[in-house]
Amino acid sequence: MQKSPNFDPEMAQKTLLNQRDCAVTLSRLCHQLNEVHVPWNRTVLVGLQPRGSKLLKALVHQLESEFGTGPIEHGLLDITFHRDDFRRRDEPLVASPTEMDVLIEGKRVVLIDDVLYTGRSVRAALDALGDFGRPQRVELCVLVDRRFSRELPIQPDYSGRRVDALNHERVRLNWTGDHLESVLLESPEYAPEH
Amino acid sequence: MPRNTKLQSRHLLGLQHVPADDLHLILHWAGHFKEVINRPIKRVPSLRDITIANLFFENSTRTRLSFELAEKRLSADVVNFAASNSSVKKGETLTDTVNNILAMKVDVVVIRHADAGVPQFLADRVPAHIVNAGDGTHEHPTQALLDAFTMQERIGSLEGKNIVIVGDILHSRVALSNIFGLQKLGANVAVSGPSTLIPRVIHELGVEVIPHVDDALAWADVANVLRVQHERMDRAFFPSIREYHNRYGITMDRLKRLEKIPLIMHPGPINRGVELTSEVADSPHAAILNQVENGVAVRMAVLYLLAAQSTTTDVV
Repeated sequence: MQKSPNFDPEMAQKTLLNQRDCAVTLSRLCHQLNEVHVPWNRTVLVGLQPRGSKLLKALVHQLESEFGTGPIEHGLLDITFHRDDFRRRDEPLVASPTEMDVLIEGKRVVLIDDVLYTGRSVRAALDALGDFGRPQRVELCVLVDRRFSRELPIQPDYSGRRVDALNHERVRLNWTGDHLESVLLESPEYAPEH
Repeated sequence: MPRNTKLQSRHLLGLQHVPADDLHLILHWAGHFKEVINRPIKRVPSLRDITIANLFFENSTRTRLSFELAEKRLSADVVNFAASNSSVKKGETLTDTVNNILAMKVDVVVIRHADAGVPQFLADRVPAHIVNAGDGTHEHPTQALLDAFTMQERIGSLEGKNIVIVGDILHSRVALSNIFGLQKLGANVAVSGPSTLIPRVIHELGVEVIPHVDDALAWADVANVLRVQHERMDRAFFPSIREYHNRYGITMDRLKRLEKIPLIMHPGPINRGVELTSEVADSPHAAILNQVENGVAVRMAVLYLLAAQSTTTDVV
């Protein structure tokens, strides 16, 4: 078991994707997206703030540089004001900027997020997306799909890795700058004996 | 990013007792809401289970409209009340009026009243969140917040900046809220205007008086020009409107003589040709319409952050 810089002795970790796996997985997601969306003039990629933004950036960069797609239209969407747990939690929500300088009316939109868990963020994102127009269709692309944790009927169209994680476990993506280093599963159960 | 994520105060009664962290938090969220009100669809569902009563015991057009828009853009349910067509005319007391409205399960009360201290009086007696929309000549906190937000947008952080408030300080709740708010944000605040319209004890608030308006404009990064409030003047505080304009009115000639022209703001409604000439009010030096737009964003932030303090399981 590798120790990350954020190693927490109370929460031990299991590596889901190492550096090589990450590169292969991102590359596969790009191939799948490119197969469906080429020639890219009718598609907008939308990252969900805050944690989908890095994945969006990585995918856009790889598609533009290695697949010759030309500039891909993309935006960042903050879903804070559309979440269904406002006033239902002790900790207040924290908003991130929305940067939607693209037109999505009549376009094919792919929502990008790092981890798909309960599906509630995606529900909020579909709602928030409506503030910017009516897309022709909306797809969902995630790096990690925690498939048995859904609370709403929402499934990804593209997923990097399916994980059967328990509710008290956490999936963590380790980024160094814009580079994805590893994906870890953190759980108290893997903690070494004290 | 502000250090805190939650407001410390349960009500917004005035800026005098609001901690600086709360001001920074409100201004930070106002930025998010400004983005929302510039979307093609300007409404978010955050407050859809919240009911807000706008109680206007004193006439108001722009503040009421601004609050109402802010509430609607957060998807709150809104009830409006104006004193002119209510039971207040039939002799009902203030507490009775408000308790009757609260019996209809209202979460937030936005109140404007001609008497200072009414919002505080209600906050001590009713369980809803109270937002002061102007009480007499005391405070008008959301106006001061939107002024601060507009200043930050145009000139950056207010830390160490010089801000002068020009005109009728004596009758102005905007002036008092501005002084409290801007000082907490680190600005140096001064006032300028006829000595009859400047409270004699103003220096106790750490506010300098610059008697000559040209000196004040030369010193200032921002000049917040107040309206001459004829309706609150029970005697002659200055000889004539023309004399007021000649001595204290902001004209383009005055501004052109300066090395650096300050940002000109006005809480509205403007008496054109009295405290500001049209030429100045409509020039790029003025941020008056920005103030109006930002008013909605700032009020959304206030209402959102107050509503966020109670969860749906709390019984109001």
